[in-house]
Amino acid sequence: MIYDPAPLAIFIFLGFVFGTVGLSFYLGRKAKSSEGYFAAHGQIPWGVNGIAFAGDYLSAASFLGICGMIAAYGYDGFLYSIGFLAGWVVALFVIAEPMKRMGKFTFADALDAKFNSRGIKGAAGVSTLVVSIFYLIPQMVGAGSLIQPLLGLPHWVGVVMVGVVVIMIVVTAGMVSTTWVQFLKGSLLVIFSTVLVVMLLQKGLTTDTSSFETIGPLSGQELKQDSIEGRKVIPATDGWQGTADKKQEFIRFIPKDGRAGYDVFHIDDVPNSDQKLLRQAQAVTGSGASKLVDGAPNGRGEGERELQPIGHLSKLPGGETSTGPLGPISFFTTIGDSEVILWGNTTIVPDNGPKTTVYYQKPTAGERVLRPGEHPKFAGIRGESFGDKLNFLSLMLALFCGTASLPHILIRYYTVKDGAAARKSTIVGIATIGFFYVLTLYLGLGAMTSGALDLTDTNMSAPLLANSIRPWLFAVISAIAFTTVLGTVSGLILASSGAVAHDLLIGVMGIKLSGEAQVKVAKIAAVVVGGIAIILGVLFKELNVGYLVGWAFSVAASANLPALVMLLFWKKTTKQGIIASVLVGMISSLGWILLSADTYKSVYGLNPDDAIAPFSQPGIITIPLAFITLIVVSLYYGNREDETVSEASA
Amino acid sequence: MNTSDSPSPQRRFNTRLGLLLFLIYLALYTGFVLINAFAADQMETIVLAGLNLAIVYGFGLIVCALVLALFYGLLCRREPAEDVASSNAATTQGNSK
Repeated sequence: MIYDPAPLAIFIFLGFVFGTVGLSFYLGRKAKSSEGYFAAHGQIPWGVNGIAFAGDYLSAASFLGICGMIAAYGYDGFLYSIGFLAGWVVALFVIAEPMKRMGKFTFADALDAKFNSRGIKGAAGVSTLVVSIFYLIPQMVGAGSLIQPLLGLPHWVGVVMVGVVVIMIVVTAGMVSTTWVQFLKGSLLVIFSTVLVVMLLQKGLTTDTSSFETIGPLSGQELKQDSIEGRKVIPATDGWQGTADKKQEFIRFIPKDGRAGYDVFHIDDVPNSDQKLLRQAQAVTGSGASKLVDGAPNGRGEGERELQPIGHLSKLPGGETSTGPLGPISFFTTIGDSEVILWGNTTIVPDNGPKTTVYYQKPTAGERVLRPGEHPKFAGIRGESFGDKLNFLSLMLALFCGTASLPHILIRYYTVKDGAAARKSTIVGIATIGFFYVLTLYLGLGAMTSGALDLTDTNMSAPLLANSIRPWLFAVISAIAFTTVLGTVSGLILASSGAVAHDLLIGVMGIKLSGEAQVKVAKIAAVVVGGIAIILGVLFKELNVGYLVGWAFSVAASANLPALVMLLFWKKTTKQGIIASVLVGMISSLGWILLSADTYKSVYGLNPDDAIAPFSQPGIITIPLAFITLIVVSLYYGNREDETVSEASA
Repeated sequence: MNTSDSPSPQRRFNTRLGLLLFLIYLALYTGFVLINAFAADQMETIVLAGLNLAIVYGFGLIVCALVLALFYGLLCRREPAEDVASSNAATTQGNSK
């Protein structure tokens, strides 16, 4: 799709960004000490901190990724919402108050509270850096894809913009302004998403049968003719003819009206007959400047073609064409009784030259998008393979355990004054985040039926849904999504700079720094980490945003959670056990991810069947592994050195 | 920062309450995940107001997280050490209590 940058959108957007940075400068004047920089002096009111949790947590992946996934496949994306929220229950009931009691600035402080060991500070500092950088990549990639349609700038400009603005926010003020930015963004996100859902329900659902053409039904004989219904067929060669084990899927016609390129149709079976139906498809060849759409250069000029927006209902219950306003429940029951057009894709590989991806319509019963198992990544739960089911369990486990081990979430516990405030702010966070996740199902399904989606970028579903309702809403939602990225990225960079300055330099290398010097070092670290994030964001442009966040959750859950939980609940935990557990959890989950089928396919471009890891999500193996490592190592050293927590703390 | 002092009765109560509520939620979440993994077809069953189990259970988990969280917030006992901390830091905290 080609986006038109709207002046209003640019105006609102720039207003948001300047407002945010201005606020940050204003608040940053006071944060000179290390307590101020890392932990906002512990003076943030719990209500504000709670909303800031939401601001931190509802990242580009939550907002753009989940909505996009629901828009493309239905309910499956909502499984992420459920898992992401469930993690907060672990955070509240198990982690929040002890974290606040034990630590001062960083996650490593809490782990190290009882031991004062360089090894723990080192391991925890490194794991904070690794998780933060993994989490940073998708945020940067997401920012780039937002900037593209909004301002009409290339992807890398978006990435650099986010990087520079965030570095400015973090360097000027640290935790105080980061918190307020997140508070602002968290509230705006929830408020405007609610507005969007209300408007969506007001508008109701409509059918669309005219955007794409249908030909037929045709008999097998008619399909073999040189021309069908007055359209001349382009002979199927060079990959289009199908292969020995796969029948020909598409027919291409010379366009009737003398337009450039070709009209491509998918050959569909008609239920209970031998006849075939031709449904219009869309083809993309190559990428970048040489990209072709339906065989013609991508563009709006003479001799050019562009991808058409998608996402519609083909049938409503009772043969209606429009429902009028719907309630929150009848929205679901109506979709359940309708027929939705989803889009599949096939790749055509010619003998030489670039591949062509053909996107085709898949009429789908509405009830199927309201149940799990439609997304290719989740389809395994409906299959027989135990490995696929294990993969699903593993993902849900990583989401459950991951939240309470994300460093940028954990450091937020140091911005309030005591355990009770940490508890209250978590409850506010759960309420805000839970409410937002309920909205994601409406937003995603609304986008699925909005007729405004971009075939090649599901991440844009929520903003495009807004655009289909009111253009100004598009500007607002995009701007909020962009500040969403700013907020999350600044939290992550702050967590990383704390890990470098506080844990690695002071804790491990033993460099003595005054409070102000420590802040200076942290700011330099923030600039460096920000720079790394910009580079990675540009390099990993093609990767799916949600996929990378899954990595970060798995690594965080495997490296950090076992050590944290055992430290709190098992008196025989030793420092060697904690170090071993963090390292084993981090290295095993990272290694597993790098050797998994998903990574083979989307990062290295290798055949996923050659992957060494039996399934993609490591959590179900590596989280228990880290627990066992901690227990075994602790018992070994506990017996040998008699240096257990119970004695040290008795 | 050291926490070598033995936990107060209030803190012990809060910790136990947290663990109990955590286990309740864990059971609900595990149930949801297991049905999805091993009996995905059950998720299509219409259970309430024309909605299927996937939506009802999914929304249920979110509502449940909030209800348990509020419950925890209401029942938790004030820890004595925190009274001191809060009186020290109460200067800028208008809305904390």
